[in-house]
Amino acid sequence: MSHSSSPNLSLTSPEVRIAIRNLNFYYGRYHALKNISMDIQTNKVTAFIGPSGCGKSTLLRTFNRLHELYPLNRTTGQILLDGKDVLDRREDPTLLRARVGMVFQKPTPFPMSIYENIAFGVRLYEKLSTPEMDARVQWALTKAALWNEVKDKLKQSGNGLSGGQQQRLCIARCIAIKPEVILLDEPCSALDPISTAHIEELVHDLKSDYTVVMVTHNMQQAARVSDYTAYMYLGELIEFDETDRIFTKPNQKATEDYITGKFG
Amino acid sequence: MSPPQVHSVERTSGQGGKVRVVASLGDRFFEWLTRGFALLVLLTLGGILLSLVVTSAPSIKAFGLPFLWSDDWDPVRDQYGALIPVYGTLVSSLVALLIAVPVSFGIAIFLTEMSPNWLKRPLGTAIELLAAIPSIIYGMWGLFSFAPVFSKTFQPFLISTLGQLPFVGPLFQGPPLGIGMLTAGIILAIMVIPFISSVMRDVFELVPAVLKESAYGLGATTWEVVWKVVLPYTRAGVMGGVMLGLGRALGETMAVTFVIGNAQHLNVSLLAPGNSIASSLANEFAEAVGDLYTSALIELGLLLFIITTIVLALAKLMLLRLGRREGMKS
Repeated sequence: MSHSSSPNLSLTSPEVRIAIRNLNFYYGRYHALKNISMDIQTNKVTAFIGPSGCGKSTLLRTFNRLHELYPLNRTTGQILLDGKDVLDRREDPTLLRARVGMVFQKPTPFPMSIYENIAFGVRLYEKLSTPEMDARVQWALTKAALWNEVKDKLKQSGNGLSGGQQQRLCIARCIAIKPEVILLDEPCSALDPISTAHIEELVHDLKSDYTVVMVTHNMQQAARVSDYTAYMYLGELIEFDETDRIFTKPNQKATEDYITGKFG
Repeated sequence: MSPPQVHSVERTSGQGGKVRVVASLGDRFFEWLTRGFALLVLLTLGGILLSLVVTSAPSIKAFGLPFLWSDDWDPVRDQYGALIPVYGTLVSSLVALLIAVPVSFGIAIFLTEMSPNWLKRPLGTAIELLAAIPSIIYGMWGLFSFAPVFSKTFQPFLISTLGQLPFVGPLFQGPPLGIGMLTAGIILAIMVIPFISSVMRDVFELVPAVLKESAYGLGATTWEVVWKVVLPYTRAGVMGGVMLGLGRALGETMAVTFVIGNAQHLNVSLLAPGNSIASSLANEFAEAVGDLYTSALIELGLLLFIITTIVLALAKLMLLRLGRREGMKS
């Protein structure tokens, strides 16, 4: 079944950033991802859609090995980032996470000031002087379209911001360490429509510099912001193609049913 | 008071049943009952404070404020001063916290962040069992098992190493007696570790997984996540745990009485025997003859009460100031 997606592997790809090969994921005995293979394009937005529990977030969390935090999680297969397998146990996951940043469902500002929220991640990898750090913080907040709203209260707690602002702070925190890939795990699910629009706009801007992979349960959102869309169901990749194709004439009946709301 | 009444009126008029009236009466009765129980706490507290002040009045009158800093404790001349027991109480508790806080922190971090699942419950239970051991057992164990070993091994080592250093040296000099302030501090540490570590574990478990994941997602190591995210997030709870431990250490009687040495001498060295308020009371109350002697001991008790209150108040103040420095906090 997932083989049905294999023709996509030969998509005329300008550049493949992440190549997933025969990825299986087990949570204890539960087989959560079944033989997934797909190519994720550089400087494009790729969206994962599918009903709850289909494994889209699980798939995303293998890209930065976040699944390893929980001892029962296990994978087989490969995820090649620029040709190197990120699942290789000998590699340091913290270095991978500097290249593959992540933003979560709920805004998660750290219990510290707005400035420190950004500087926290940067300090893990770089030793910057104060002016350099100031510049980096401003750069990241500007990039996340938040600078104008917070520039006068950088010393205040990140918890005092609105939900949408907090989520943009998390995006700023993520890009401050200059990753190559940004993973967004349902980044708007806790936000109001206006904040959602802000984030979607931001995602659109980010793809000129980053490869963006996002999980969303909102099909309109996938249609609006993504270049490629993958439809997943029960741990399998049912169909993966250009977003326009998926939403206009999908190959699989299952995809069509889901898109048109007959199911899901 | 009035909101429940409004409710009951609405309900009776709305549904017109007698049952509702009875229910609201029951509700009122329950409200007064719980209020009474809550007031009982205040009454007890006030009563204890009052009786302490009244019974220590003779001593307060006789010695005045100098009671606080006089190191003279002589039942024969009927001269009393609180300096030695107060000093002993504070120092032994401080030593206990210096040992117990880092150890408890380590235990809590291991249990929440690193321990494999199968080990979590047995280990957690074992730590809680430590808290269930009566303090007299700790005292006996400290005196008969721990102190002799301590005086032969660790104390000589301390004397020959730390004791030779400038500044901290005087804290670790003198004969290795086994019993003394340091021993009391160590026994106290063992006794308060279960309390501090289980509170810490409970509050660490309250940290949202996604908050930790976002720190891990940035590439932070477990240590960085714990130190920079988990600890600031749980600051109030951790402080509460430490204060709970400190409260217990300050008032602990039996175990300290066994190992502190019960000497009315002021000594800089932690290895020397000293005395604490609680152990002074335990030792001397039975043989206290004369009103002034008894009254002086009760004044010591009053001091302990005040010290504990001050410690709790300081902790609250510290939390408030930390919170303010952080700015708004949801």
